[in-house]
Amino acid sequence: MNYDLIVLGSGPAGLAAAVAARGRGKSALVIGNRWEDSPLAKAERLDNYLGLPGRTGYELLEAFHRHAEDAGVCFAVGRAISLMAWNGFTVTVGTDMYQGRALVMAPGVVRQTKYPGEQEFLGRGVSYCATCDGMLYRGRDVVVAGRTPDAPEEAKFLQSIGCRVTYTAPKRPAELDGSIPFVQAGRLEIRGEQAVTSVSLDGTELPCACVFVLRASLAPTDLLPGLETEGGYIKVDRAMRTNVEGVFACGDCTGAPLQVAKAVGEGHVAGLSACEYLDRQNA
Amino acid sequence: MALKHFDEMSFQEALAQPGLLIVDFWADWCGPCKLLGPVIEQLAMSYTGRAVVGKVNVDDEPELAQRYGIMSIPSVLFFKDGQEIDRKIGVMPPQEFIKVIDANI
Repeated sequence: MNYDLIVLGSGPAGLAAAVAARGRGKSALVIGNRWEDSPLAKAERLDNYLGLPGRTGYELLEAFHRHAEDAGVCFAVGRAISLMAWNGFTVTVGTDMYQGRALVMAPGVVRQTKYPGEQEFLGRGVSYCATCDGMLYRGRDVVVAGRTPDAPEEAKFLQSIGCRVTYTAPKRPAELDGSIPFVQAGRLEIRGEQAVTSVSLDGTELPCACVFVLRASLAPTDLLPGLETEGGYIKVDRAMRTNVEGVFACGDCTGAPLQVAKAVGEGHVAGLSACEYLDRQNA
Repeated sequence: MALKHFDEMSFQEALAQPGLLIVDFWADWCGPCKLLGPVIEQLAMSYTGRAVVGKVNVDDEPELAQRYGIMSIPSVLFFKDGQEIDRKIGVMPPQEFIKVIDANI
């Protein structure tokens, strides 16, 4: 499916960018997790969003989403797993593929510090995508490090295709299927030689062939190597342009203050900049 | 040159030839593999006569995939005169593959 603009992230920044693009007659697809699961949706009270004091995060997000839907923004719920910046931008979400001519990154801030061994063994027993790599581990022991609400579902999928799954997280999720063994752990260390052989969970070693590290989103620099960052945030100019042509960023991912008001403002600018970029391509 | 779809036998034949061989290990159910598909096809066209470019479906050829330690797909393996010289795991734009090919052609 082809769109003018693909937006990665369904929070205030992403939605603002998409709405701005719609205002300029461009098609926009927002790819993101269920907004009800976002940290903002759990915020009890916001008093610094202009004109709407005292609202819950949930109420604000609901209003933002309704506006975006009414404006004709399209949505794909899920995590962007891979990105090809070639002849535009193509993104995969599970087994679906989406094509855009400009890209807005609005993933927010997700705790992305990699576990020991994670980077080293990526592709050799560490995976970020159960549907992508699960089939290679049928009949073998795998560990799911669940750090996102849909991780239990991915663990169930792995189990259904014949992987022997153990789920680990700091707290047992309610949605985790009872038949999947659970190990409560906060510290994770991935070990192996040529490939992963085991994972240490709070000091207890568990042999396994693959560790699926499932966070809410992939780090922007994992999705788009070469994306310039500064102090852990995506570097942008005042037009929200990143160092990659056709790629814009906005919201928490560009840095402080981590506030809805800033996210919406930057999202709007990013959307307009993306439209300007697209218009120049057409000229 | 058209992209070759290798099975065990045709892969061994290609490996026995001198020169550069590039093999993309993929599967139907792999989303990122679909992203890489057009890139590999483009490489096959661009390097016609100078390198052999092909694909191996890991479901059709599980032993071949296992023998080469394929633990994540897409995995693109580079062979020169029958020896593996490099491998790239995951999705990346054409330039990354071109770098390896041009350095070894």
